[in-house]
Amino acid sequence: MKRIFLLITLLSAGVITKAQESFPINGVRDIRSGLYAFTNATILQNEKTKLENATLIIKQGKIIAVGVGIAIPNDAVVVDCSKKFIYPSFVDAFTDYGIAPNNRPAGGFNYGAPAQFTSNKEGAYNWNQAVKAELNAADVFSNDEASAKALRANGFGAVFTHIKDGIARGTGAVVSLGDESDNISLLKTKAAAVYSFSKGTSTQSYPSSLMGSIALLRQTYLDAKWYQTKPAGEGTNLSLEAFNSNQNMPQIFAADDKWSTLRADRIGDEFGVQYIIRGGDNGYQRIDEMAKTKASYILGVDFPTAMDVEDPNDARFVSLADMKHWELAATNLAAYEKANIPFSITSSEMKDAKSFLINIKKAIAFGLTETKALEALTKTPATQLGVYDQVGSIEVGKWANFFISTEPVFASNAKIIENWVQGKKYEVNVDEWNNHSGKYKLTINNTGVNTEYIIEVKKDLTTSVIGVDTLTAKLAIAENIVKLSFPTKKGKGAEQIRLGGAVIGTGWSGIGTDATGNKTTWTAVLTAPVVVTADAKKADEVVKPLAKVTFPFTGFGNEVIPTQETILIKNATIWTNEKEGVLQNSDVLIKGGKIAKVGKGLNDATATVVDGTGKHISAGIIDEHSHIGALSINEGAQSVTSEVRIGDNMNPEDINIYRQLSGGVTSSHILHGSANTIGGQTQLMKLRWGATDEGIKFAGADPFIKFALGENVKRTTSSNNNRFPDTRMGVEEVLNDAFDRAVEYQAAMKANPNTRRDLELETLVEIMNKKRFITCHSYVQTEITYAMRIGEKYGFPFNTFTHILEGYKVADKMKAHGANVSTFSDWYMYKAEVQDAIAYNASIMHKVGLNVCINSDDAEMARRLNQEAAKVVKYGGVSEEDALKMVTLNPAKALHIENKVGSIKAGKDADIVLWSDNPLSIYAVAEKTIVDGVVYFDRTKDAAARKTITAERARLIQKMLGDKKNGAPMRPATPSLQTILTCGDHTHEDEMVTIYENSKD
Amino acid sequence: MQRKYSPLFILSLALFSITARAQETIYPVAKQQGITAITHATVHIGNGTVLNDATVLFENGKITNLGVGLAAPAGATVVDASGKQVYPGLILPSTNLGLVEVGAGVRGTNDYREIGENNANIRALVSYNTDSKIINNLRANGVLLAHVAPSGELIEGQSSVVQLDAWNFEDAAYKADNGQYISLPSFILRARGGRGGMARPTEDNPLKGAMDRVEKIKTFFTEAKAYLTEKNHVANNLRFEAVRGLFSGKQKLFVRANEVKQMLVAIDLGKTFGFKVVIVGGSEAFQIANILADNNIPVIISNQHALPSTEDDDVDQPYKLPAQLSKAGVLFALNDENDKAKHMNISFNAGTAAAYGLSREEALTALTLNTAKILGIDDKTGSIEIGKDANIIISNGDILDMRGNAVTNAFIQGRAISLDNKQKQLNERYKAKYKIK
Repeated sequence: MKRIFLLITLLSAGVITKAQESFPINGVRDIRSGLYAFTNATILQNEKTKLENATLIIKQGKIIAVGVGIAIPNDAVVVDCSKKFIYPSFVDAFTDYGIAPNNRPAGGFNYGAPAQFTSNKEGAYNWNQAVKAELNAADVFSNDEASAKALRANGFGAVFTHIKDGIARGTGAVVSLGDESDNISLLKTKAAAVYSFSKGTSTQSYPSSLMGSIALLRQTYLDAKWYQTKPAGEGTNLSLEAFNSNQNMPQIFAADDKWSTLRADRIGDEFGVQYIIRGGDNGYQRIDEMAKTKASYILGVDFPTAMDVEDPNDARFVSLADMKHWELAATNLAAYEKANIPFSITSSEMKDAKSFLINIKKAIAFGLTETKALEALTKTPATQLGVYDQVGSIEVGKWANFFISTEPVFASNAKIIENWVQGKKYEVNVDEWNNHSGKYKLTINNTGVNTEYIIEVKKDLTTSVIGVDTLTAKLAIAENIVKLSFPTKKGKGAEQIRLGGAVIGTGWSGIGTDATGNKTTWTAVLTAPVVVTADAKKADEVVKPLAKVTFPFTGFGNEVIPTQETILIKNATIWTNEKEGVLQNSDVLIKGGKIAKVGKGLNDATATVVDGTGKHISAGIIDEHSHIGALSINEGAQSVTSEVRIGDNMNPEDINIYRQLSGGVTSSHILHGSANTIGGQTQLMKLRWGATDEGIKFAGADPFIKFALGENVKRTTSSNNNRFPDTRMGVEEVLNDAFDRAVEYQAAMKANPNTRRDLELETLVEIMNKKRFITCHSYVQTEITYAMRIGEKYGFPFNTFTHILEGYKVADKMKAHGANVSTFSDWYMYKAEVQDAIAYNASIMHKVGLNVCINSDDAEMARRLNQEAAKVVKYGGVSEEDALKMVTLNPAKALHIENKVGSIKAGKDADIVLWSDNPLSIYAVAEKTIVDGVVYFDRTKDAAARKTITAERARLIQKMLGDKKNGAPMRPATPSLQTILTCGDHTHEDEMVTIYENSKD
Repeated sequence: MQRKYSPLFILSLALFSITARAQETIYPVAKQQGITAITHATVHIGNGTVLNDATVLFENGKITNLGVGLAAPAGATVVDASGKQVYPGLILPSTNLGLVEVGAGVRGTNDYREIGENNANIRALVSYNTDSKIINNLRANGVLLAHVAPSGELIEGQSSVVQLDAWNFEDAAYKADNGQYISLPSFILRARGGRGGMARPTEDNPLKGAMDRVEKIKTFFTEAKAYLTEKNHVANNLRFEAVRGLFSGKQKLFVRANEVKQMLVAIDLGKTFGFKVVIVGGSEAFQIANILADNNIPVIISNQHALPSTEDDDVDQPYKLPAQLSKAGVLFALNDENDKAKHMNISFNAGTAAAYGLSREEALTALTLNTAKILGIDDKTGSIEIGKDANIIISNGDILDMRGNAVTNAFIQGRAISLDNKQKQLNERYKAKYKIK
């Protein structure tokens, strides 16, 4: 490379600035070669190659030679690096370095404000302003010396930077951390494209949920592809154009935790993209799943700080999961290494950047190898970004990005002395060049009288004056300026001698003042080195045992996910839900996840026998309407959001899954909320406690979608609604219009397969073709009736009406339509549209011949659905058998899964509950809850788990208290808040550290 | 000859079955005439005692006698309760009944929370709507008395006990202005906008703000005390006047508190000012049960059917809270603050308590006599004992269990009240439409 650097000297600061040929120069040119030779160093060329007593030669910002015994050019400036270590400067693959914060307009989505339906970004860009593929970090990048200095102090020489804003964030650039011109710093302009689930600063209402973000990104992939066909009438869309051209580079996805990682990877799989994933700090909790993505990761080391748990009142609200994560977060990188997953390490998004290297060392103490750590800071990020030909190792031809360290960089007391970026020196701990340790003879001349002292200086500058008494002195040396003070003797009445001066050669010299104010001069001469003893400070010690990873990662999780058992329950009362009715003194055999046999006197040599005497067995409870186990429930920004899917944002670690198992629930239908007329796709879930977000889904069931009518969709409680509809008349027309569009879409697709694929409309087409079924939130008779008429007009049924508190008024009409109904046992009067709700609703509908379910829509009540069913007996005189079916077989029918679950019948899934009493009695508790033949809840095991939780909490609290005593950094005990998502109909606030997100807006 | 039912009772039955039904035809019953005898009953006294095949007599609204083998006097209205369970009328211990009609979206029907942080002088009683459509549903489930209280920011105002068969609030008043309500700020460090476990603290010292609010309450009571020691004032202060009863012992201080620190503050307020303090809420009371017992602080447990406070808590922690308090000797009552089923499930809250460690009679006591003691009305009601008001319900079976709970008769001060309600009427209306038997 023949680029000539024009070097000019600016003023007296001596700053050397590289400039380009095309740039005019003011003054006299000053060309310098920048030729330096670093000799006698231990050079880590890369994570594998270590050269002892080696030389590194750089010129014009690049490495021109490296090796042992190589010739040093005569005109090179020689820097003696004996006993020093040289490393390639680190590369950070995920920052927003040099992106001015004023590029980020303030604001965010506000539920209280009227909706913003269109983008407010001016120009020929995408309809949704969270899609910002047109942004290029290189266009707005400018060196930021303050940030660069902090990064260089951590060893970095180059970073990937991007505009951290939006779902498609455009492209990022790789830049060096010099303070030369931006032109020189910019190493690669479009190095990678970045995506996330966060809409960032977009003020547009859509998307307002995680699943909405996912749907928007999926639709954008589809739109971008379709846009390549240059569709007539679409005009120019600069965002989609950029989105398409951005595909030819590495694709980075910013996911913040283990489940987000899997979500991102699934989007990648759908569109043929392998993302590099900016992962969370909790991947170790599901390391097998992290490996299965085949992704390369970018991981941080921002470990949680210990909490001040001294006050038991505060400690109480910190979850065991959070405390365990505090203990285990430092094992994250080691877990990835052990699982052979490639990753780089980023220093971005840290609470305190100064703890970066400390935390890397901590990760090493917790099992990360030093080799891997170095690779993850050099080669891997450079490779991820496609710049390993430029940075990431010490090789001829690469940029002269390297740092000089006092010790191997991961040693506990290592200090980076200088960090060279593109051949320019940046001082970090320049005083570390000088080892000031040694014995000195100090001579103080006070008005002609010399007094001599012997002083001893250790490497860390602790200093003592050796004499009759050994006195402790204060010594500070910074930038060659020396300050030294000490008392003349021990105890009271000692005078303080204060000296100030400079380093001169190996000694020091300067002036001082004595206690009476006389001016003095002084000189210290090095007389002997101090024998360096081994550093007393040990590397981070890992205090064992460490917490165990459990599935899920909560107190009630299991170290090993329970597996299928062969179980024979004998002599129980069995509520079969079949024509056999309730069997007395009978047995159930569970085998291979299925109900194998039901009858009397059953035997199986391989089975665990459970005595069911005096106990009752029922099919597992199926909750037709629930909102647990998901991270968002409502995408309420538009009136039709059939493109969003609850299944995209499952949270299989929700404690309410376990709590509901304790109430006999085995399957839950997780519905979208009621914020809009056509809501999102629902997810049927089996309560497999410990499974992944995919593993918890009920496989092979018909897909459903949530619709909603009435007050919530017309935003009755909002005082400034601007979203259509605002009346029930409008709600009906939203349905009419949506299916009109769906009819036309289906025809267009048939006529021309190149028609733009629309995730919203294709879902509606599925409904029309009876491939997807509706469960419709509805209350009053008008809306129930017109909904059915719309369905009949377009040829599909309303499969289920849920809530349906005025269902009793139109039970005959629903019967004729063929709808199922799913209602509350006794809710009423919580809003205007439920004033006519009656506790006799279920029984009337049942007696008219409808398939009636009793649902919860409430994380607490779901634990007592058997009792809710019992109220139908109390109020409506329905038989106990029929009442129990309302929470078991009937919801199975409504969900089209009655061939698999809902009754005790040989061949069906072994989803059953062993009750202590008649399941309709308030005194009945679930003793065992079994899903697919796996005992997920067992009252005996539960009792043991409670003890383990108590003990483990106590251990971790003691450990945190120990840290506090040892002066470790602390933060206040932070309550582990539980978020309970609700349909939008109700919230209740009995629970202290629970946030009820009533996201109906 | 013994009359089985009073003529009025028969007349009203006839009226209901003949006329088009509407809630408006359900009206309060006149004062009890003659003697009523409930015979052959399993009588749950309310204090833990159960009498089998017993008779309860009441006249002029008061229980005059009860016992096993007691004959109904001649001329008495006899209610044969063979095979049935007889209980004291249930008491809703803390509620917004009659103040809140339709919950969300219909602001005009809600009169429970006034503007401002100190409303010591407002009175729930004057806004208690005897024509609320919710009341009749509660009566049908055995609730005969309710303690109606306002809500608020800090000092909430005065509560009253009402009986649920009245033409207007003055008739309804059972014990007027018996309490003053306050609510305490949270002492838990809360992150803003916590979501999916990603919450981070944003406030360094949450205690400061909370303690400032506690200080405001203390200052108010301190100044009130000073004011009330002087008879003549240039300007009357309604707020200070309103708490006179607290200092004289005629009123109790009901403190809405769930957290341990809140409850400790409540105990301190009681000691500092000599108030009789009641905790309303108490979900964390199990942690300081012995302290509450030592200080004679009773607790109204707001809601049994709640999720545990933390994810590490025992899954049944709220269910077993009553048993924990019972074991420690705390006086407690059970409530149902669920505003979706509008307090109709109060007896099932007690059922849950019984399923998780309380005896059934203890659970019943927590709906009746304990509540009466806490509200200061146990001289008049709360148990089936001679001299007390005849506030009595009869159920087909165990009232704590859905399988038994079916109230067939209810008496408020001896009056056989109607158990009809809008829900039952709509049931009949649509049974007729569909020809359901």
